Amino acid sequence: MTGYLIRRVLLFIPLLLGITLVTFGVMQLAPGGPTDAMTDMNTKVSSEAKERLIKLYGLDKPWYVQYAHWLGRVVRLDFGNSFKDDQPVWGKIRERLGNSLLLNAASLLLILVAAVPLGVLSAVRRGSWIDRGVSLLVFVGFSVPTFWLALLLMILFGLHLGWLPISGLHALNHDEMGFFARQWDVARHLALPVLISAFTGLAGLSRYVRNGMLDVIRQDFIRTARAKGLPESQVIYKHALRNVLIPIITILGLSLPDLIGGSFIFETIFAYPGMGRLGFEAIMSRDYPVVMGVGTLAAVLTLIGNFLADVCYRWADPRIREGAL
Amino acid sequence: MFAGLPLLLFLFSCRQNPASSTADSADATPVDGDAYVSASLGDASRINPVLSTDSASNEIASLIFNGLIKYDKDLKLVGDLAKSFEIKRGGLEIVFHLRPGLKWHDGAPVTSDDVLFTYQKLVDPEVRTPYGADYARVSRVETPDPLTVRVFYKEPFAPALESWCKGIMPRHVYGTGDFNSHPANRAPVGCGPYKFVEWKVDEKIVLVANPDYYEGRPRISRYIFRVIPDLAVQFLELRNESVDNMGLTPDQYKAYDSFFKKYNKFRYPAFSYTYLGFNLKKPLFKDRRVREAIARAVDKRELIDGVLLGIGSPSTGPFPRHTWAYNPQVRDFDHDPSKAQALLEDAGWKDNDGDGVLDKDGKPFAFTVITNQGNKSREMTAVILQSHLAKIGIKMDVRIIEWSSFLHNFIDKGEFDATILAWNTGIDPDQYIIWHSSQHGKGKYNFVGYNSPEADRLLERGRREFDFNRRREIYHRLQAVIQNDIPYVFLFSQDSLPVVHKRFQKVETAPLGIGWNFNEWFVPRSQQKYLSAQ
Repeated sequence: MTGYLIRRVLLFIPLLLGITLVTFGVMQLAPGGPTDAMTDMNTKVSSEAKERLIKLYGLDKPWYVQYAHWLGRVVRLDFGNSFKDDQPVWGKIRERLGNSLLLNAASLLLILVAAVPLGVLSAVRRGSWIDRGVSLLVFVGFSVPTFWLALLLMILFGLHLGWLPISGLHALNHDEMGFFARQWDVARHLALPVLISAFTGLAGLSRYVRNGMLDVIRQDFIRTARAKGLPESQVIYKHALRNVLIPIITILGLSLPDLIGGSFIFETIFAYPGMGRLGFEAIMSRDYPVVMGVGTLAAVLTLIGNFLADVCYRWADPRIREGAL
Repeated sequence: MFAGLPLLLFLFSCRQNPASSTADSADATPVDGDAYVSASLGDASRINPVLSTDSASNEIASLIFNGLIKYDKDLKLVGDLAKSFEIKRGGLEIVFHLRPGLKWHDGAPVTSDDVLFTYQKLVDPEVRTPYGADYARVSRVETPDPLTVRVFYKEPFAPALESWCKGIMPRHVYGTGDFNSHPANRAPVGCGPYKFVEWKVDEKIVLVANPDYYEGRPRISRYIFRVIPDLAVQFLELRNESVDNMGLTPDQYKAYDSFFKKYNKFRYPAFSYTYLGFNLKKPLFKDRRVREAIARAVDKRELIDGVLLGIGSPSTGPFPRHTWAYNPQVRDFDHDPSKAQALLEDAGWKDNDGDGVLDKDGKPFAFTVITNQGNKSREMTAVILQSHLAKIGIKMDVRIIEWSSFLHNFIDKGEFDATILAWNTGIDPDQYIIWHSSQHGKGKYNFVGYNSPEADRLLERGRREFDFNRRREIYHRLQAVIQNDIPYVFLFSQDSLPVVHKRFQKVETAPLGIGWNFNEWFVPRSQQKYLSAQ
């Protein structure tokens, strides 16, 4: 097991190098550059000033030199400064990391809590109106455009009923509130985004649980469990569900980068100060250091997520454990 | 609860009789208090007038920093931090006299040395400013005493005066530290009407009224800048009264009146125009008759009705209608399809094969117009123009391209037939870098390849002339020359359509727009919404 772990961790290095190289290359291939937003079609900016800015940001050097500089800094854990505002990239990420974590962890938790029972219920009552109702619900959630649903619910709960704030994470007078009022304020701001992201993200996990469950309950040991007279709830939740863990672990492992990644559309609609907007705005303004910083972080988390999923498989499923070693 | 009661009563009475709301004499006396919440699509990047280029940063910087001079509501340059200024030796020397007793927000005095510091940063090769060009013409800046700044120029340069509207920065705050990444760029210290309080990234920036402002404390106690990156959501927040202003699109402006019960709508011409620009290097557009035919085929009224829902005006040149450089004598090309067809026939274009498209030497009259993605009004303009040109037998294809690619792969390389774009014009009419024949080439703005010796001469004279009347004459002539040469078909100029919450009093439009007297805006005590924590 230890040997396996070490091999896996060592594999991270070439993988990460490859990912950052591709990210860097793609950004270089995209037309335009970081100084464009400052200078394009701005009649106050002369073409000499444009040239000078390009030199000052080191953008006149060949791409591999730029990449080498970047890599040289990153091994010392320095992601450089944003081209947009000269702030350290890591600081910009840190300012938004907590917000994204809060939103995504809450919605992931809600998905877990809702998807497992829904999936089990659909499987156990296969073909019934409950199964069909649940399927319809999760597929509607999966297919409906997030921004559209968000706008409709904002109009209903924010504008007409006035129960929830429309967008943002804090009320304007948040800092003047007492401790509990502040928590309540954040909860009210989170309600709509968490609900919507959970609803639209329900499909994957609940379908995996349903299908996994359907496979399992046809198997002999379930028949045995029933035959020996165990109550149905024990058969399902103790014997069957445990065997459905594998897909859940996979999905959870793969969701690790989502925890901090966030979605650009979502954060834009809700004026939510998170990582999605940071990354997207950096891509649009060709802010290379920020794109690379966010990209590297996402890559690291994806690799860790996959790794954890693999390790957990071994823990959850003795067949894999013995087969591989 | 008790604070909300008078507000509700007011709203009720307001609904009964909207006209009476401002007549109440108690409400007409200016008082301090309340907050103004503005909404922006993007967060600011650096609140530093030397470095910032985005509109969000500039909006905040303009409240915190002041320049030596400023434009008044009628677009005339008047003193700001400088109580007066003199232009000497035909513009070779400009002398500014600072107001005595000016103070930075931290209490330090504002002196001529701060002006010198700002200038030094603008021309410092290590400073990442895009604005250096205007200041590179300065030969030296002298500060004989703390209240006098003498700027010497290598040659007279009329737009230079406007460049001193640039916010002045405090030397004592920045010191010798790195200017580009200085912490003060995120926590600015200026001497303007508002002081910086806090910045929550991607959420809001809060400013508070400066009690020591030289014109007196602004009435509105706090200025809160909210980042709401989606226009539809901004509009919802507006309907919810959680933001106090917004710039509307024409269709929002024309939406149900009930949406705007709590807002005053304003409308005034913007400093911009949309045009159809020809690539004059293409043989197709070398013939002026062809360009005139296209200009006459365009029905601007229909364009304005279709694209702007009627909220705009036709353009006849590169200067906005409400600026002094605009020449009302310049005639527009009348919409006249038959004249257009006659011109084309003159130029040798006829429909010989009867397919509805003109041709010459066996080649059909077809070209592609390009414009950038994400601008609905330009896309609509293209489609409407397409139908206008089809009527006179010209086949125009439309291609919509992502901004960056549009600019770098097509415009910069001259790889286009024609383009639909818009210019934001400044208040000063110097447009040397758009029209002068020296401005062809990659990354320059005369990408249509306009080349007129007369326009070149006028552009050169215009930027050297400080005498107002003579300068106006030059630009009036320039507008006539450009309109007559038709490098662009000047299409229309859009109106700005801001709304401001009704509780704000003294909001007035002027040629400069609204907001020129923001420091005088106030909210009557009974209608104040945000109670200050201080």
